[in-house]
Amino acid sequence: MRQISPVFKREFLGYFRSPVAYVFLVAFLVISVSLAFSRYGGFFRAGIAGMESYFTFYPWLFLFIVPAAGMRLWSEEKRSGTVELLFTLPVTTLEAVVGKFLAGWAFLAIAVLLSFPMAITVGYLGDPDWGVILTTYFGAILMAGGYLGVCALASALTKNQVISYVLSLGACAVLLFLGFSSFTETLEGWFPVAVADALSNFSFITHYDAFTKGLIDPKDVVFFLSLMGFTLFLNVIVLER
Amino acid sequence: MIEVKGLVKTYGAKRAVDGVTFSVQRGEILGFLGPNGAGKSTTMKMITGFLRPDAGTATVDGIDVTAEPVTVKRKLGYLAESAPAYPEMTVEEFLRFIADVRGFHNSSADAPIERAIKLTHLNPVRKQTIETLSKGFKQRVGFAQALLHDPPALVLDEPTDGLDPNQKNEVRALIRNMAAEKAVILSTHILEEVDAVCTRVIIISRGKLVADETPAQLRARQPGARLDEIFRSLTHADI
Repeated sequence: MRQISPVFKREFLGYFRSPVAYVFLVAFLVISVSLAFSRYGGFFRAGIAGMESYFTFYPWLFLFIVPAAGMRLWSEEKRSGTVELLFTLPVTTLEAVVGKFLAGWAFLAIAVLLSFPMAITVGYLGDPDWGVILTTYFGAILMAGGYLGVCALASALTKNQVISYVLSLGACAVLLFLGFSSFTETLEGWFPVAVADALSNFSFITHYDAFTKGLIDPKDVVFFLSLMGFTLFLNVIVLER
Repeated sequence: MIEVKGLVKTYGAKRAVDGVTFSVQRGEILGFLGPNGAGKSTTMKMITGFLRPDAGTATVDGIDVTAEPVTVKRKLGYLAESAPAYPEMTVEEFLRFIADVRGFHNSSADAPIERAIKLTHLNPVRKQTIETLSKGFKQRVGFAQALLHDPPALVLDEPTDGLDPNQKNEVRALIRNMAAEKAVILSTHILEEVDAVCTRVIIISRGKLVADETPAQLRARQPGARLDEIFRSLTHADI
């Protein structure tokens, strides 16, 4: 496990060595903040000193933006041939997978945390419940890890970044929509209610909601962590195949 | 040092490598010849642990690659075809990453990095990003990466490919100078390279070994013939 650190360092700094990081961070912050201030977010109209109108869009935003950060993880290495370099260095597949994943996750965490001026604004305008804001940040970062696990896996399947993006988007969309009642109702038409209920339990939304209400439910934490663990496990298998 | 026994690799219906067996001792430079697509790169990828053989074994210093891939990778320096490297990194950053993975952390990496840069004459471009380098310099970065930890065994896949005649000479001299205490496998399809650097030659055709001898023995097969004529008669099955 000692070799995770060099892989992590290279991958993490790799985001900042190219314009990718800056374009990504600016786009993410501009879009997320403008959604909160838009009439769909209703930041001012709500008249509440809280960040709910900001964080409510995260599952949707992540659907489009996490695949953009994750699509290059393995596709890029495969296309440029550096995967051959990486796997002829004394690094195990697991170390490489974990190192790269953690780098991407840390990058996404930075993107999420850079929204701190929103928190400061809310604090300046009123008297927010800081506990809720903290749990929401925690939940958002965990959810980013869940999305990224799926994207890293999709990225390992192809050397084409466009295919990788579309695969990630599709897989994440399914995991997102499972939580919507209209979608679960459709599922109930096909499967027994128990199966439909079980499937909707795999949704990002279902598990993210509690965090935005100030609750850290171990069930939700375990869901995101096990989703990451499972996708990383599959990631190793795909690469060793 | 490097022992290859009955290596087999099949892609779909095509048997890319078909029971290849050879060995390389310290102090030897083994020229690995064959037409394009004969299975040279596939064989090297199996020795370096990037591909898993379907049958047969490759051992380095007595250690089986499939059983202990990481231990073998520590002992090997590998220059893959077209010298892959991370384009957004500078030469120095890249070599520092390699050193870090190879267990030279922080200041302990300085000496091996300086040595590798000096050996491959990378000093003028050390602060440049790899994507801005010419083909010759990129190849040398790949070389520096393979030499960094002073490995006892080197596997070089077409190390002189794409270099100009001066650079080719320089790379060959570099290989000759290091060879005394190392086992080197060097794949090429340039026949002059055999005379220039190799102490032994193996020729592969359609995944099978068709020759394993010294350059002098190879010449003696058809006295008076040019090397490319001998090569053609040995590998005509590929045409």
